[in-house]
Amino acid sequence: MSKQLTDLEHDLALLRQMLRIRRFEEKSAELYSAMKIRGFLHLYIGEEAVAVGVAEALGAEDAVVATYREHGHAMVRGMSMRAIMAEMYGKLDGCCRGRGGSMHLFGVKERLYGGNAIVGGGLPVAVGLALADKLQGNNRVTCCCFGEGAVAEGEFHESMNLAALWNLPVLFACENNLYAMGTALELSESVTNLTEKTAGYGVPSAAVDGMDVVAVEAAAKQAVATIRQSGGPYFLESRTYRFRAHSMFDPELYRSKDEVEQWKQRCPIENLKTQLQQQGWLDDAKWAALEKEVADEVADAVAFAEQSDWEPVEELTRFVYSDREG
Amino acid sequence: MTETRKTTYREALNEGLREALQQDERVFLMGEDVGHYGGCFAVSKGLLEEFGPERIRDTPLSESTFTGAGIGAALGGMRPIVEIMTVNFSLLALDQIMNNAATYLHMSGGLFNVPLVIRMATGGGKQLAAQHSHSLEGWYAHIPGIKVLCPATMEDARGMLWPALLDPDPVLIFEPAVLYPMEGTLPEKPTPVAIEGAKVLHQGKDLSLISYGSSLHKSLAAAEQLAGEGIAAEVIDLRCLRPLDDTTIIGSVSKTHRALIVDEGWRSGSLSAEISARIMEQAFYQLDAPVERVCSAEVPMPYAKHLEEAALPQVETIVATARRMLNG
Ligand SMILES: Cc1ncc(C[n+]2csc(CCOP(=O)(O)OP(=O)(O)O)c2C)c(N)n1
Repeated sequence: MSKQLTDLEHDLALLRQMLRIRRFEEKSAELYSAMKIRGFLHLYIGEEAVAVGVAEALGAEDAVVATYREHGHAMVRGMSMRAIMAEMYGKLDGCCRGRGGSMHLFGVKERLYGGNAIVGGGLPVAVGLALADKLQGNNRVTCCCFGEGAVAEGEFHESMNLAALWNLPVLFACENNLYAMGTALELSESVTNLTEKTAGYGVPSAAVDGMDVVAVEAAAKQAVATIRQSGGPYFLESRTYRFRAHSMFDPELYRSKDEVEQWKQRCPIENLKTQLQQQGWLDDAKWAALEKEVADEVADAVAFAEQSDWEPVEELTRFVYSDREG
Repeated sequence: MTETRKTTYREALNEGLREALQQDERVFLMGEDVGHYGGCFAVSKGLLEEFGPERIRDTPLSESTFTGAGIGAALGGMRPIVEIMTVNFSLLALDQIMNNAATYLHMSGGLFNVPLVIRMATGGGKQLAAQHSHSLEGWYAHIPGIKVLCPATMEDARGMLWPALLDPDPVLIFEPAVLYPMEGTLPEKPTPVAIEGAKVLHQGKDLSLISYGSSLHKSLAAAEQLAGEGIAAEVIDLRCLRPLDDTTIIGSVSKTHRALIVDEGWRSGSLSAEISARIMEQAFYQLDAPVERVCSAEVPMPYAKHLEEAALPQVETIVATARRMLNG
């Protein structure tokens, strides 16, 4: 983030980014019902402050490894709504030509090494990306985003150990939304304070209110500063909540409507919006303009995805192996 | 005449590693006990001293994560060689191999290839029982997106690694553990080796013995014995299990009209079944006898020597089956 912006302008930029994710995903849910988007669709609604805040701490040269709940991460890395929407449509102009879909967004210039749909599966890859940087003397950070459910996987513990053992610059960004599908944290972890977990590996950790984008940004910047200084890993837990179902097939039997309502009171977008209004920085006209700008961008992405072509079926077997020629 | 010298399969692999590490700064080796121990089968012996701990990296017992780290390092611009002690332990890394290494290129629409080499020991014959002796390379040959190699000769042991590292996609190299002490000769000057295509190692007109890895040597011994009985067996070394070299297989079977596949993997749902199916699809009318297979018995590998021997393909079984195929 450039320094000449005032804090308020910066906050407004954060708000805008969160709103982009929110409106984009609301539209995606609609398009899912309209059967334009198929497969699994995992929405990040409620958790936007985490990706937006963490991304502020990263530079374009840093890498991100994410999960299947990664539309927001792709957007904050600079991927266009068009490329993401077309991907979810399964179209050729999608970031992965429609081969990955919602759960597998990849981008070279974004240095986004995938949405990974194997819980925990991205952690070792992030460790390896960081190893490559260390061996090549690149001063870069690899940020690995994952849910608290992944903390129960062996790959989490193996990766924590290896990253610490080899002192590799990985930001382990845990998005604790309290549920892994329908399994509450206390039903899966003997110790539910996740920041305690990494002490045994010698990995410094912190927890932050994941509903407060400004707080997440500050904590992530602190984490990345620590990483750049030590060269080693850091574990940052953002405590957050998903407002929607796990995916589109989820009757939400495992939590009460009250609980969801309570968390919705802490909506990261509403909160920041109110703050900015109270500070006199955001009036109704400005908000309406922001909404309009985002709505236009979403509409444009949908129109783009609609008119995009399908990859010719003759290309089905391309990219199983790299093209030899050229 | 090219100068040759005596060596072992293990030393040939070691030379291949050394040459690769010398040729490309991006190459490094990681795995359990590859460094200070010298490699669980001594394949990487001496490399730590020569190349240092940055490039010969001992890993914790974390198959999944160091294999995944190999994927990440390959994506990040390095040329890692991941060593997994044996194929049995590779099952702990199967997630990374199958779900990440093999899928990234296609799933990303061609954006990210994974130039990674994974080496591991395979196979029985050392009385190591049911958790150290299986031949699961055929499982890996099932997976689109990876290449599967099995060097059985000195040339391939030394030579396959470098082209595998040049390959832009993941390559798995299976080293039959019983072959490590095998002695043989190598030309003084390394000759380039291709990592595709099967090779006919012994010409014959009466039947084709199609094999690879440790079974290849049993097939060669069987061919010699059969020659004494006036049966001319052709012996094919598959070398590359994925992709399979249909041209060489079908060419040979079209000449000999009989095919016997020798594979240390189990027969059910196997690589040998795949080869048999391809012969039916492409050379059915060339056959003078049904395709036959000599495979491992369908049991977890037993420890006792006599039982293990009974479970594995043996020269006598190959000879007897070949004889029966010719004499009806
Ligand atoms: C290895 C593996 N096991 C199970 C699943 C099925 N699954 C998909 S998401 C999920 C819950 C993961 O929860 P968490 O890591 O907290 O992330 P969240 O979905 O809450 O963002 C499960 C069990 C999977 N995709 N991968």
